[in-house]
This record gives sequence, C-alpha cells and structure tokens, in this order.
Amino acid sequence: MNQLGMGQAVNQALREEMMRDSGVFIAGEGIGVGIMESPMLPTFGLLKDFGPERVKDTPVSEAAIAGLAVGAAAAGLRPVVEILFSPFFTLASDMIVNHAAKLRYLSGGKSTFPLVVRIKNASGHGAGCQHSHNLEAWAAHCPGLKVVMPSTPADAKGLLKSAIRDDNPVIFIENMALYFQPGPVPDEEYLTPIGKAEIKRQGKDVTVVAWSNMVGLALRAADQFSQEGVEVEIVDVRTLAPLDKETILASVRKTGRLVVIHEANRTGGFAGEISAIVMEEALASLKAPLRRVTGPDIPVPASPPLESFYIPNEENLISAIREII
Amino acid sequence: MQITKEKKIEMLRSMLLSRQFEDKLTELCKIEGKIPGMMILCTGQEAVGSGVCAALAPEDIIISNHRSHNHLLARGADPNALMAEIYGKRTGCNKGKSGTLHLAVPEVNALCTTTVVGGGPPIAVGTAFAQQYRKEESVTVCFFGDGAADEGSFHEALNLASLWRLPVIFVCENNLYAGAQRYEEHTKVKDIADRAIAYAMPGEVVDGNDVTAVYRAACKAREIAVSEKGPTLIECKTYRCHGHGEADLQLYQPKDEIAAWVEKCPIDKLRDEALSEGLISNDAYEEMNRKMNEIVENAVRFAEESPFPSPEEALEDVFVSSRIS
Repeated sequence: MNQLGMGQAVNQALREEMMRDSGVFIAGEGIGVGIMESPMLPTFGLLKDFGPERVKDTPVSEAAIAGLAVGAAAAGLRPVVEILFSPFFTLASDMIVNHAAKLRYLSGGKSTFPLVVRIKNASGHGAGCQHSHNLEAWAAHCPGLKVVMPSTPADAKGLLKSAIRDDNPVIFIENMALYFQPGPVPDEEYLTPIGKAEIKRQGKDVTVVAWSNMVGLALRAADQFSQEGVEVEIVDVRTLAPLDKETILASVRKTGRLVVIHEANRTGGFAGEISAIVMEEALASLKAPLRRVTGPDIPVPASPPLESFYIPNEENLISAIREII
Repeated sequence: MQITKEKKIEMLRSMLLSRQFEDKLTELCKIEGKIPGMMILCTGQEAVGSGVCAALAPEDIIISNHRSHNHLLARGADPNALMAEIYGKRTGCNKGKSGTLHLAVPEVNALCTTTVVGGGPPIAVGTAFAQQYRKEESVTVCFFGDGAADEGSFHEALNLASLWRLPVIFVCENNLYAGAQRYEEHTKVKDIADRAIAYAMPGEVVDGNDVTAVYRAACKAREIAVSEKGPTLIECKTYRCHGHGEADLQLYQPKDEIAAWVEKCPIDKLRDEALSEGLISNDAYEEMNRKMNEIVENAVRFAEESPFPSPEEALEDVFVSSRIS
C-alpha cells in the first residue's frame, strides 16, 4: 500500500482510466497548465503524459465546460470535466441539471450520458463563501444524477474509476483539505462500487452517518468515546445518490441511536433526508431522538474564527452524541 | 454552386411535409383534450431546417430547440413516431417522456432538442468535440433562435468552438420575435451574424425564406468545418408567422407584417422556381402535396390508435443500469 493524498489518488484513477479507454478525456480550467503545480493535485502531470488532445485546458466558461461534457458524452466519449470550486457549479448548473440529468429520460432511454463532473470543495481555507459552498444536497435532489463524496484517498480512487465507467452522469465532489491528508491506497487495480456505504468503524451504541471530510472527524470522536466504553459506529455513505439506505438502517436497528453530520448548512441539507428515511423505516428501533450536526444557515465566512464557527467540529459531534446516549 | 434537380425536389418535399405536419397540429391542438402541453410551431420557417439538413451527411449531428418539428422531419425522423410522441403515446419516439417540446431522435443523429433557450450551443460544442476527437469528417449543426443569442451560454460556446476550431455550424433562425419581444427590443446589433466577428469565425446573413440560399450557406459552412477550419455562424432572417405558441394571440405582431411575410412563403418560392425551371409539373407538385398529406394522416391515425404508457412507466429511463467491470 502506498500512502497518498486524495488528489494523488484521483490522479491515479484518471491516469488508469485514460490508459484503459481512449474515449476518456479531461477538461477544465487550469487542469493542464495551472496556477499551482503540485504533485498533490489531481491533474498534476497529465498534460505531459496524455497530451493536449486529451487534457483540455478551457477558458473560464463553466457553461461551455459542462456543455462540452454533455455533448461529448451524447456522442460517445467519456468526459471527465472539472469545476474549479463548488460555488461555480451554479454557472454550469443548467447544463448539469437541465441537460445531463434529464436528456436520457427525455430520449425515452435511447441516449446515454456517461460523464463525470469533478467538483472541488474548499472550506477551511479562508477563501469565503464564493469559493466554499457545500451543495451536495442540490445535486442529490436532481433525479438523473449520481452524487459521490469520498472520505479517503482509497475510496476516491476506486469510486472515481467506477464513476468514469458508469453510463450515467456522476457528480464527484472532492474536499480539497483531504488532498493533503495521506492515507493507504492499494497497489493493485480495484473499483469501489457507487451506491454502497461502508462501515468505517464498528460500534454497538450509536450510529454516526457521515461523508467526505466529516468521516475523519467522526472517527476521532469515536476514539474518544471508546475510552469511555461507548462504541460509536461510523457509516460513511460515500454516495448520496443512489443512497445505500439498507446499510444505514441496519446500523440504526443495531445501535438504536443516530447522529447525522455534514459540513453543509442545516436547512434542506441531506441529513434531513437520512433522518426522514430512518423515521419512516426504523422509528421503532430508535431509543432516543436523532440528532443532526451541521453548519449553521449562513454563507461560509472568510475570517478564521468565523469560518471555524461554521464548520462542524469534534466538540459539536461529541455533544450531540452525549445528548442521546 | 449549381443545385441539382434532385436536391431541389428533396428540399421541396421536406418543406411540404413539415408544413402539412404542422398545419395538422395547428388544427389538432385546438381540439380540447387532443394534444397535451404547449404547441410551438415553425410554420413559415421551413426553409431553414430543410435547407440546412439537405446539406448534411447521415453522420452529421443536429441539436434542435423548441421549434423542432421541421428540423427533425428534414433530418428524416419517422413522422409516426414524432406524432405519437406529440400525443404522449407509448409508441412515441421517446415513449411519452418528451412530448412535443423535447423530441430526441438519435436514430437520425438528432441527439437532443432542448427547450432551455441557449441550451443548445454548449452541447453542440461537446458533440463537435467528439467528432474532432475521433477525427471524423462530420459536423454538428446547432439550431437556435434570435433570443438564444442573448444568452451567456451562446457566447461561451462560440468562443470555445472557435478557439478549438470545432466542426460546428451555428444556425440562428432569426424569426424576429423572442417571446413577445420584437428583435429590436431585445438586441442592439442589426445582424446577429455580426457576433461572429467577436469570435473570429465566418458569419453570414442569409434570406431564411429562400431554401436554396440556406442550402448554399450550409454547404459552405460544412466544407469549412470538415476541412478543420472551425465553426461558422449563419443567421437566417425569417419570420414567426404563428405566435410563440398556438395559445399566443399575437396581439403584439402587426397584422400587415404577418400578412407580408405569409406572402414570402418559402415553399411557394421554391415551387414557383421549380415550375418555371421545368423541374416539376403542376400535376407532380399536387401529387407530392397529396402524398405528404397522406403521410401526415397516417401519422395521426398511428398516434391515435397507439396506447398511452401505463402510469408507472414514468419511473423508467432515468438511469442506465450500468455494468461496471
């Protein structure tokens, strides 16, 4: 096993899939020649190795980038395009929401749109709310899109490879803080299935459902509870759409207690959806009211103390767990 | 450029079929409960789709918009499947999922019809990119209206298409109205074709009611595109003889303006030319007219006799069930 950051793992996935399938190409702003050149970044070195025909630096034109993906997919290629920072999704969203997600349905199942939109998400860097916005619930609310949010480098690699081979549009959201937190990645080739949650830690007393950067935080909180004799089970959903509700429900039926944590703000956030599923299908198993730990309903602020206040931390999660055990 | 007799007859036939098809729809949509949804027609604008499609090869791709019937029929789509889709029937080309507005006929490389104004150009960039990527000798045609040229996506798409020398023909069907706004009320430049200058591509204004002029311009643009010289913007000046949709009372369109343009009927123009050049006899023209009518009547019969989809068929065709290996 190599120790890689998530950016390096994404880079490996792109590399392997481009070598495997000549129909795979990548496009986006600064993905060939970028402002930042670091081997920790996802598209590092790909221009040199695959050439400008397959590694397309684009103008600052998110609608055209997303349209490029939709059209190229309709015509049989497998585009992987990048949205530089998550708030710029709005500029690409007509192509993703009204076209990538709907055109197969509108064709009566005749056409396929095998495309991946990689979105880089960046809170925790003081960049402010127009560079930091957790919008996974928007994407998951659109029928026709798959939404993937990996928490580890190994998952990122396996899930991105699956996303590229998937015949449906996949929104793949990478938390940039994870680019710089190395984790083990298997040496041999593997795929991680889309739509399968993973129990990242077994426990019998309380279930914490998390994804992306919140999984690491939850694992640390769980270690702390373990010293007190409380065993927290961590379910990493990995994919919001399709959601592996069976794994979530099985865990809640076992522990009888649930906390859902996400960095996105609370109202309309995906924790609400997971909570509703548990209330509908496993209410009888609940020994205590469920809890949500989320960002407050504010834009992500820039100043360090304000931004830290926004992002859920271990203390927030620990208090929520304490309330229900 | 000499246009063959066969080509002229083909275009005459194509315009006639489209006119008969839409005249029938004009009638049918007034019958309560007959046709679901809106009815948006291109009556009087047939020279654009028929002239452009006559210049295309089977492998060329078209991207259409809400006024699509003529484009699709000219491309060779099956009138029965189109009519059944317009009726919302299971035998429709999209199994009732698209209705009259989003007809997709991938069998004839009409890969998508988007009703989001300005939605087509970025997708055309993608399909043309795929054609270039695979080194095909084929082009993409994107049909859109004068309103779409005011969308940001149009400008992003033209810039990128020109930058990458993509084989696209952008065909602006300037019918003088975007919704209830007359052209001068929504756009400052006299000719939309002038916008080509800003993107360093050829731009041409064509009489959109003269099918042979449209055909010539499309042949020239296609030649430029397949010889790797990039996109062209063709502006076809024509007129929206009907309202935005059939429910539109056209109170804002001067009656004498409508009457003057009805006089400039593109079908009459080509018929008169063909008659005077001896390409067709009066009897043969009448026979052609009768045949097109028969095709339309058959399509209506087919649509009316076809079953509606069962309600739960609504759940199909959102995703491809991918085989991931």
